[in-house]
Amino acid sequence: MNSAAFVVIAILTLAAALAAASLRKLIHAALSFAVAFVGVAAFFFLLSAEFVGLVQVFVYVGAVAVLIVFTILLTRRDVQDTGKLNWGGAVVAIAVFGGLLWAIFKTPALSIAAPQSEPLTVKRIGEVLMTDYVWPLQCVGLVLTAALIGALILVMEDREEVKKVK
Amino acid sequence: MTPTLTIFLVVSATLFSIGLLAALSRRHAIFILIGIELMLAAANLNFIAFWRFSPQPQQPIGVMVAIFSIAIAAAEAAVGLAMVIAVYRHYRTTNVDQLDQLKG
Repeated sequence: MNSAAFVVIAILTLAAALAAASLRKLIHAALSFAVAFVGVAAFFFLLSAEFVGLVQVFVYVGAVAVLIVFTILLTRRDVQDTGKLNWGGAVVAIAVFGGLLWAIFKTPALSIAAPQSEPLTVKRIGEVLMTDYVWPLQCVGLVLTAALIGALILVMEDREEVKKVK
Repeated sequence: MTPTLTIFLVVSATLFSIGLLAALSRRHAIFILIGIELMLAAANLNFIAFWRFSPQPQQPIGVMVAIFSIAIAAAEAAVGLAMVIAVYRHYRTTNVDQLDQLKG
């Protein structure tokens, strides 16, 4: 594991995430969101979970970011946030951050280096997915189908409204 | 020196807090969804880091949890954005402060 690569990826990811959380224009925030997720995928590559990194790029940068951009285009009237920062939210976020940091640095067993290991192949992932995890896999398939149908029904226009307009 | 598990956890805690900040302090519904997605990504990063630094990385438990979590997050994003569009059709706004019809 390369520490220079780690520092570069960490700075890129956190800067893009901060931009996604704080930029005023919605479309800029969506693009920085995509950059932040490329950074998270790079972390997965660094941790030798290449398959998860690829899935992350396909799903988030390929699908979710495009979905967010389409939603921004469809709800065009207010593409800018009011800019008023809710200080209560900021205080809660900083408190949670402090609590997490306290818990991490309080645990001495965490400062270990990664053990040497053989790389995890896609073949092995497929085998495990089809044997030990076959029930979760089927359930996720069901959830994705239900989400697809639900999303379609939610955005479908009301028949009567369409007729009235015509 | 090579990165330890602590430093990965610090990065993911920072990512989680940024997501929490976006979800709690922004008024636009799409920003709240972006914040939730950032928090989910931080959780996935934790799963993968704990898997990689565990004594037996040959058991791909963390990888499996991360893959399923990404699938659920994609479904959540699709339904959430569809709800944003449906709400926009009804109220002509996506500002969550103006969606207060259930307020007593």
